[in-house]
Amino acid sequence: MSDFLASLPAWWEVIRFPLGAALCLAGGLLCLVGTVGVLRFPDFYTRLHAASITDTSGATLLLLGMAMMAPDWMVVSKLVAIFVFIYLTSPASSHAAANAAHTAGLQPLIGPVSTHDKEGQGS
Amino acid sequence: MKGARVAYFLGLLVALVGFWLGMSGHYTPLLLTLGAVSVAVCLILAYRLDIIDREGAPYVRIIGFALYFPWLMKEIAKANWTVVKACLKAEMDISPALVKVKTACVTDLAKVTFANSITLTPGTVTVEIEGDKMLVHALYEQEAQPEAFDEMDRRSREAADGKRRPA
Repeated sequence: MSDFLASLPAWWEVIRFPLGAALCLAGGLLCLVGTVGVLRFPDFYTRLHAASITDTSGATLLLLGMAMMAPDWMVVSKLVAIFVFIYLTSPASSHAAANAAHTAGLQPLIGPVSTHDKEGQGS
Repeated sequence: MKGARVAYFLGLLVALVGFWLGMSGHYTPLLLTLGAVSVAVCLILAYRLDIIDREGAPYVRIIGFALYFPWLMKEIAKANWTVVKACLKAEMDISPALVKVKTACVTDLAKVTFANSITLTPGTVTVEIEGDKMLVHALYEQEAQPEAFDEMDRRSREAADGKRRPA
């Protein structure tokens, strides 16, 4: 058992790069999914929801992956600061955008939305 | 309240020093002096702006927020999965809705925590706050009934205000 515990740091050195890279890749994919959602969703408010995937899970996974691959604790502390600031500022900016749109009188689409009856007719 | 102000001041001081040390990484006398000067300037500016109060230095509640955050992360992960599926579905099945949510939060800090938690959770965005009512835009009408926010409301109130106040 103590052998195993003693070998843990060595194991960590081995697996942290593949694991961190996989997390970064997953975060990047989630950002891509958020972009796809922004392009597909019908109106401003729904697009805001898609963009919040990029802000939350995409950024979290990317930062977590980077923290795993970080060479020292200094870098980790900076990544933590970035994480905290993203989580404090991104809802504020989303709310500011949504509130501005609402104040300006932009009406959201309400009720079930489906795209498949409109697609295929254009061009 | 004099003692509370000193406590907020000390909290801000500790946070700024910790932040500077965490960012810098160079501990030579010159840079430490520059860091001390910048921390002092920040504190003087904060004092002159009169923002050293409960909201400007909410370190008293840091344990409450630390307990609240893991739960919020779990909710964010669950909601993310829903929105990721909504983004990638071949046939879009979203039904956006505007919902009025009544909050039991009293202080501004608790309201901001609650509204920001709603906005952070993908699929729901706080559009407007008026008094104790919030206008929330949701991606799925069926998942955004006002009772769905009750637990988040309670937890963010406890995180920001403590448990001393009954509903």
